[in-house]
Amino acid sequence: MDSAAFWSVLKSRGLNFFSGVPDSTFGEAYNFMVRDPEIRYVPAVREDVALGVASAAYFAGGLGGVIMQNSGIGNIVNPLTSFSLMYKIPVLLVVGWRGYGGPPNDAPEHWIMGVKTPEIFDLLEVPYQIMEPVSLESDLDVLLARIKNESVPGAFIVRSGMIS
Amino acid sequence: MIDRYRAIQAVLERVDPDDLVLSTTGMISREVFVTNDRPGNFYMLGSMGLLSSFGLGLALQFPDKRVFILEGDGSALMSLGTLPLIATESPTNLFHVILDNEAYESTGAQPSISSKVDLDEIAKSSGYPQVAKAEDLETLEAALSDCDNNFGPHLILVKAGIAPIEGIPRIPYPPTEIRDRFKNQVLQGGTGA
Repeated sequence: MDSAAFWSVLKSRGLNFFSGVPDSTFGEAYNFMVRDPEIRYVPAVREDVALGVASAAYFAGGLGGVIMQNSGIGNIVNPLTSFSLMYKIPVLLVVGWRGYGGPPNDAPEHWIMGVKTPEIFDLLEVPYQIMEPVSLESDLDVLLARIKNESVPGAFIVRSGMIS
Repeated sequence: MIDRYRAIQAVLERVDPDDLVLSTTGMISREVFVTNDRPGNFYMLGSMGLLSSFGLGLALQFPDKRVFILEGDGSALMSLGTLPLIATESPTNLFHVILDNEAYESTGAQPSISSKVDLDEIAKSSGYPQVAKAEDLETLEAALSDCDNNFGPHLILVKAGIAPIEGIPRIPYPPTEIRDRFKNQVLQGGTGA
């Protein structure tokens, strides 16, 4: 699906405050977001910093978003456990899935996290959905409902080539 | 050197009811709690290093509120990259106080590297428009007064002594209560961006 359609769906759910670290999985969609005047984007220096910034949206009655590559999951395990999950401060993680399928897909630095990405969210009991373009809206709504009802962080995992 | 609890008192005496006060994990939150517990305080119980980015997010979401960040040298060093991010985003309503005792006092006063690092100089080169360094109470009071007369983001580096308060209590509230009373305070009279 194209970038405009993807962001249109997210914005229609009130998601307009994002922070993150770029990932090529999103391709042009990341640049689209940065340029979009309807989205306030804070270019974080690390994924945990992005989580700290984005979580503030909850206190204004909204939901913030962190956009990141899955290699950054390691940087957010501490704030996910001792901030987001402990205080029950919800946030949406939009995670690019590098190394999907494991070796020999993608570059070597993505092989291990590529395999472990869903397992880490399972271990932390962070709900997630893997994006499928045909069911983007319903998948996202299922995830957003869990995030809201349980007041927890949730991850929307995006594979390479899903957004152009 | 200023005793840290005296520095915390001096900052909190300047805080208005609508202001948001964020304090980092360990002794700083406990000293803020015993000095002036209020719903607009967010006690960061864990997640060392996260406070400044959370404060940045709040300052952007609530441009009409003053946001005070009280963290230690260890916390600031852990998230050093947040300093230039704050300066780049440049929320004028952000007051960043680093209580620098050159030690990880909460875990037994192990030395930090801040005895050899000028965090105020790092803040200046990061682009903070207002940076002050206070080694005594008079300078701290003057720096806090300057904050009232100039646009932020402000950074005040306080060189603090190691002076633990005997028998200081832990924060008694469950995390979700800290969250809820803070959220209620934030939404009172404030407008989200």
